[in-house]
Amino acid sequence: MSLEGVLRRGLERKPILLMTHLVVGYPSLEDNWAMLEAMNQAGVDLVELQLPFSEPIADGPRFVKANHDAIQAGVSWSTYFSFASRAARIGFPVVFMGYYNSVFRMGAEAFCSRLAEAGLSGFIIPDLPPEEAVDLNTLARDCGLDPILTMTPTNSPERLAQIGRQASGFLYCTARTGVTGRQTDLSQGVAEFLRRCREATPLPLGLGFGIRTAKDVRVAREHSADIAIVGTAGTQAWEELGVEGYRSFLKGLVDA
Amino acid sequence: MLHETFAELRATFDSARRDETFWQSYVDVTTSYGGRPTPVTYCDNLSRTFGGARIYVKREDLNHTGAHKANNVMGQGLLVQRMGKRRVIAETGAGQHGVATATMAARLGLDCTIYMGEVDVARQHPNVFWMRQLGAEVVSVTDGTRTLKDAMNACLRDWADSMADTHYVMGTVCGPHPFPQLVTYFQSIIGQEARAQMLAVAGQLPSRVYACVGGGSNASGIFTGFLDDPETELVGVEAGGKGVETGEHAARLAGGQGSPGVAQGYKTVFLQNEEGLMRHTHSVAAGLDYIGIGPMLADLHQRGRVRFESATDAEVVEALRLTMRKEGIIPALESAHAFVAAFREAPTLADTSAILVNQSGRGDKDIFTVADALDDEDWKDFIGQTAARYAR
Repeated sequence: MSLEGVLRRGLERKPILLMTHLVVGYPSLEDNWAMLEAMNQAGVDLVELQLPFSEPIADGPRFVKANHDAIQAGVSWSTYFSFASRAARIGFPVVFMGYYNSVFRMGAEAFCSRLAEAGLSGFIIPDLPPEEAVDLNTLARDCGLDPILTMTPTNSPERLAQIGRQASGFLYCTARTGVTGRQTDLSQGVAEFLRRCREATPLPLGLGFGIRTAKDVRVAREHSADIAIVGTAGTQAWEELGVEGYRSFLKGLVDA
Repeated sequence: MLHETFAELRATFDSARRDETFWQSYVDVTTSYGGRPTPVTYCDNLSRTFGGARIYVKREDLNHTGAHKANNVMGQGLLVQRMGKRRVIAETGAGQHGVATATMAARLGLDCTIYMGEVDVARQHPNVFWMRQLGAEVVSVTDGTRTLKDAMNACLRDWADSMADTHYVMGTVCGPHPFPQLVTYFQSIIGQEARAQMLAVAGQLPSRVYACVGGGSNASGIFTGFLDDPETELVGVEAGGKGVETGEHAARLAGGQGSPGVAQGYKTVFLQNEEGLMRHTHSVAAGLDYIGIGPMLADLHQRGRVRFESATDAEVVEALRLTMRKEGIIPALESAHAFVAAFREAPTLADTSAILVNQSGRGDKDIFTVADALDDEDWKDFIGQTAARYAR
């Protein structure tokens, strides 16, 4: 079933889905596996796995450190893909997240076939503008992969419409400008932004950047987001609360 | 995230370029505030020392704030006024671009934040002092290799949040379009002047033009003036650090260790591993200590129009020492890389020919690094006494 199909089926059962994130190799592959098991138990709906890169310009301090520490620990493409293929067998859809230089160095064809072989559903490449992505996205769809594009509050209606026409799977809508990992005031303009995104695409809308608590997930749901995307707060919870605390953190988000 | 911001910058730059009065208003501010035109100096003593070609130096060190960086900053200041933004941010390596940006911000009444890698904050502290005196906030960047590339990442992250009222004053010919083109446009004033000055002062075009290349803004500026002169060979000089064979350097093109990549919003030749992770770079000169190179320079290299060489830290210190003693000129450590290649090649050229070295900046900012490299006892005593006085 297509990624969109899986998400739609999920949305028949509950009003909002949850996507969580981890940087592969941070704090360690063992920790990552325990995080995935906790995600599965808690009922997380889909997961993004980030391939570490040395210049992660869309990420805030916590994920910058996570990227650099994972590289220091020796995480390579083969580490990533062997972990990702295990993760994809758990059951929920898994998507690639990473920066374009990794894709460029791998080559678009090799990238798509490795993702498809690993059983991943799609990819998020935050530093690749859609006009530069036409060939990659065509190849990806031939391999059954969805390119997941980003919509931001500063995008003009024309830009949103253009992104909407190229998107598949779902949209990653950033609740504010800037980078990952900082608090967002969700009362300010998010509803209006999501309305504009909705006009540009019939696909499910994921809301990320500053979604940290069960309350944030509820606000996202009230604003008609289809997926709440929790990134940095999850890594922080793992680091600060340990495995049990992480489990109850996830459960809180799922039950929100 | 920055799509609309780049569209705004492209539109502003395009309309400025079409405006016939804009270039003149830029020249006027570089004259009345920046001290242009900078002279071309004939270096008779150095020419005699090496024999062969006569050595001329384009004196960008005589710009306000001591480097060519001031040109681009004054030009972008005019664009900031056109866009009506109230804050500027900039990355800096050696600190020259940061100081130049801070002066522009002070003069135009703009808020100013400068991002500088922690390693560079430590080795170029006099410039940190001046930026703060000029009213800029200086943020020490502590992630990655804590040098120029990380300062650039920090700027892009700030800008992704602040673009509504903030302009990113990119200091070099790298980054997303239109920055490489825009910075080259402003720095081309160096080449325009230098070409006319060589015809006037030397009575001929130079057979070779040498410029150091970090990101490549001073090189792009001077080379642009000679692109249509096939008899003038253009030579870019990269940081050879401890030697290209040691891996501790920042030579992307010379030595062939760089490879194509896409990062920090642009495609060029980067120093990276097979999987696209950026390598650590090293240079005695903070302004050259960078993973990437201006994409237009990489293209000129590929097309055979610009030849690339490298100079090691040790050669650079030796060239600096010689230039001071023979000519009473103090090049920045960055600029001294260009002198190394010129000194290497001058003896192989006819004495009827002339070569031109772009002295991108002045060396007094490097006093701590140079004194260290020269192991100067008197300086160490002075620093020791000053430190003791502060400790009391």
